[in-house]
Amino acid sequence: MTVTEVAWQRLDRRTVAVNSLNAAGVCVVAGVPTGVGVGGATSPGLALAIILPASILIIGVVAGADYLRWRKTRYRVLPDRVELHKGILVRSRRTLSRERVRSVDLTAGLLLRFFGLVNVKIGTGEQTGAGQSSLALHPVGKAEAERLRRDLLDRAPSADGTPRRDGVLARLDLSWVRYAPMSFLTPTLGVAAFGAVLQVAEWFGLQEGVITWTLDRMRDLPLAVAILVLVAIGILVGVVGATGLFVEMWWQYRLEREPGGTLRVRRGLLTSRSISLEERRLRGVELVEPLGNRLVGAARVDAVATGLAKQKENEKTDHKTLLPSAPREVADRVAADVLREEVSPTSSVRLLPHPVAARGRRIRWGLAGVAAVVLPLLVLGWVLPVEVLLRLAWICAAVLVPVAVVLAIDAYRNLGHGLTGDYLVARSGTVRRGTVALQRRGVIGWTARQSIFQRRKGLLTLTATTAAGAGAYSIHDVGESEGLAFAERAVPDLFGPFLDRG
Amino acid sequence: MSGTSQGEGARLRLRPPRNQVDRRAIAWWRTGILVFWAVPVLVLVVLGVFLPGARFWLFAPAVAITVVIVPLAIGMPLWWYRVHRWEVTDEAVYTRTGAVWQEWRVAPMSRIQTVDTQRGPLEQYFGLATVTVTTASAKGAVTIPGLDHELAADLVHQLTETTHATPGDAT
Repeated sequence: MTVTEVAWQRLDRRTVAVNSLNAAGVCVVAGVPTGVGVGGATSPGLALAIILPASILIIGVVAGADYLRWRKTRYRVLPDRVELHKGILVRSRRTLSRERVRSVDLTAGLLLRFFGLVNVKIGTGEQTGAGQSSLALHPVGKAEAERLRRDLLDRAPSADGTPRRDGVLARLDLSWVRYAPMSFLTPTLGVAAFGAVLQVAEWFGLQEGVITWTLDRMRDLPLAVAILVLVAIGILVGVVGATGLFVEMWWQYRLEREPGGTLRVRRGLLTSRSISLEERRLRGVELVEPLGNRLVGAARVDAVATGLAKQKENEKTDHKTLLPSAPREVADRVAADVLREEVSPTSSVRLLPHPVAARGRRIRWGLAGVAAVVLPLLVLGWVLPVEVLLRLAWICAAVLVPVAVVLAIDAYRNLGHGLTGDYLVARSGTVRRGTVALQRRGVIGWTARQSIFQRRKGLLTLTATTAAGAGAYSIHDVGESEGLAFAERAVPDLFGPFLDRG
Repeated sequence: MSGTSQGEGARLRLRPPRNQVDRRAIAWWRTGILVFWAVPVLVLVVLGVFLPGARFWLFAPAVAITVVIVPLAIGMPLWWYRVHRWEVTDEAVYTRTGAVWQEWRVAPMSRIQTVDTQRGPLEQYFGLATVTVTTASAKGAVTIPGLDHELAADLVHQLTETTHATPGDAT
């Protein structure tokens, strides 16, 4: 009966200003190179005469469209549901039941923050179509966003006793920045930087100029030194880039537990983000150790929660990260706090090793990978025949074989599975070692896979399917009998009735 | 492995599910393979007829594909027929699929969300249907191919009844 009394609300009117400014920015970015190009070919006056009116038109259209969108969008929060009406030509009405709301995420770019605005995304944890299960308010005022978040996620706290630890679970320690460059991001960014320089040079028709300029600088240096210099520059750019990215993403990072049973991550230097995660959705955590971080004893903590997996493609996939790469002890403590355990299952567990046959498989995979690089070189060198290719093949083999074998042995040693309390823990991987702790009640099915090679060695790969996270977590190359016994012990009565004993 | 494993005495293995798929599935799989590969072979042969210059290079792969595929089309479905098995108990759906990579899947009744049947044109011709049982996991779907279509309809009915009767929110 009170339904009619709840007033409809509008988005914040200043969205028009924000989007107009955005459009203006795009016009400048796109207009200046075009202007330089057109102006160079004809005359600067003509270029201005074309680009200025075009820009004003674009900005005007964007502002008008956004004004219309603002006029036509209304929302309201009722006691039992949230409603959103929107659409200029095609009206759409969307209703989310409040008890299904699982997340309220707030994001604000630099411009939005300047105006004190926030984009709000209200999500249900359901894995239907990407658009179906969420409701976006772009944007509302900061206070309003905070009110929405609190209202929608605030429920009676769970009955099972008082939470062990409320408030801040972790906050950024600036020394963690040192882990940021120790990832594949660094070389990737380095290579990307060289690519970007050449690309931009090409736009202005200067690509050859840049290359000859570089070669001129390098002329006096021996080849090896020249290569080293280029690599060093690439790494330097990569390190700066990776560090910058880390600071942008994780500045003012805080992980908090709020009274309603919600975990909240707040972070971001330029774009501020607030990600809320209902604890009810949490099915476990994954401790992720990329090789570079593992060597220096660092790990990252990801949430394994329902309704997080199907983010839209263009969204950042790091919504699930609860803690950036940090020292292993911090990661273990945060994992324990998040799960409300005394000790993190990922460290209290005694992981059982896998049969030695699994090591042979990994070594063979590694060598096969090396062969895939070396053999084509050898064949080409033989057929063409080019002496250099043959020599390159031998160098590759000499370098890659030990690397492959070491990685394979490491991969084997990282294999492990175990049970601790309510959790099933599985570890695998070498370049990215992941240790997942999954609540046993979160496992909703088992899959066992066995290739004909595994069958001969008596191994199989067990996969626990779950509604959360990646949807399935595997225990690779476990002994057949042991693995099935483990599956039965971890989650009784799934494989149980179908087991042959004897 | 018997010597090295921590051995709880008995050696465990998964027993095959009770039911085989319909015998017509063999013909269905065979036709599927042949139809799929007939397309490139036909294209190559037709091109070869019209382009005498490149005839050898067009006919040779066509012959090669035929030589490889025909024995596979005869043999593989027999293997699949032996391997593909399924079973529905009061508690769970249990399947075994795959030949080179064998796969056993269980989905408990309490976690089943939807039950679908699919019938492609070939399946319709052979009077078969494929039943897919999905759970809340994005990767937990259990598929039973090559069932008699009436049996499949009954199975879907039975599964829907059972899952309705089983409490739980399926996550």
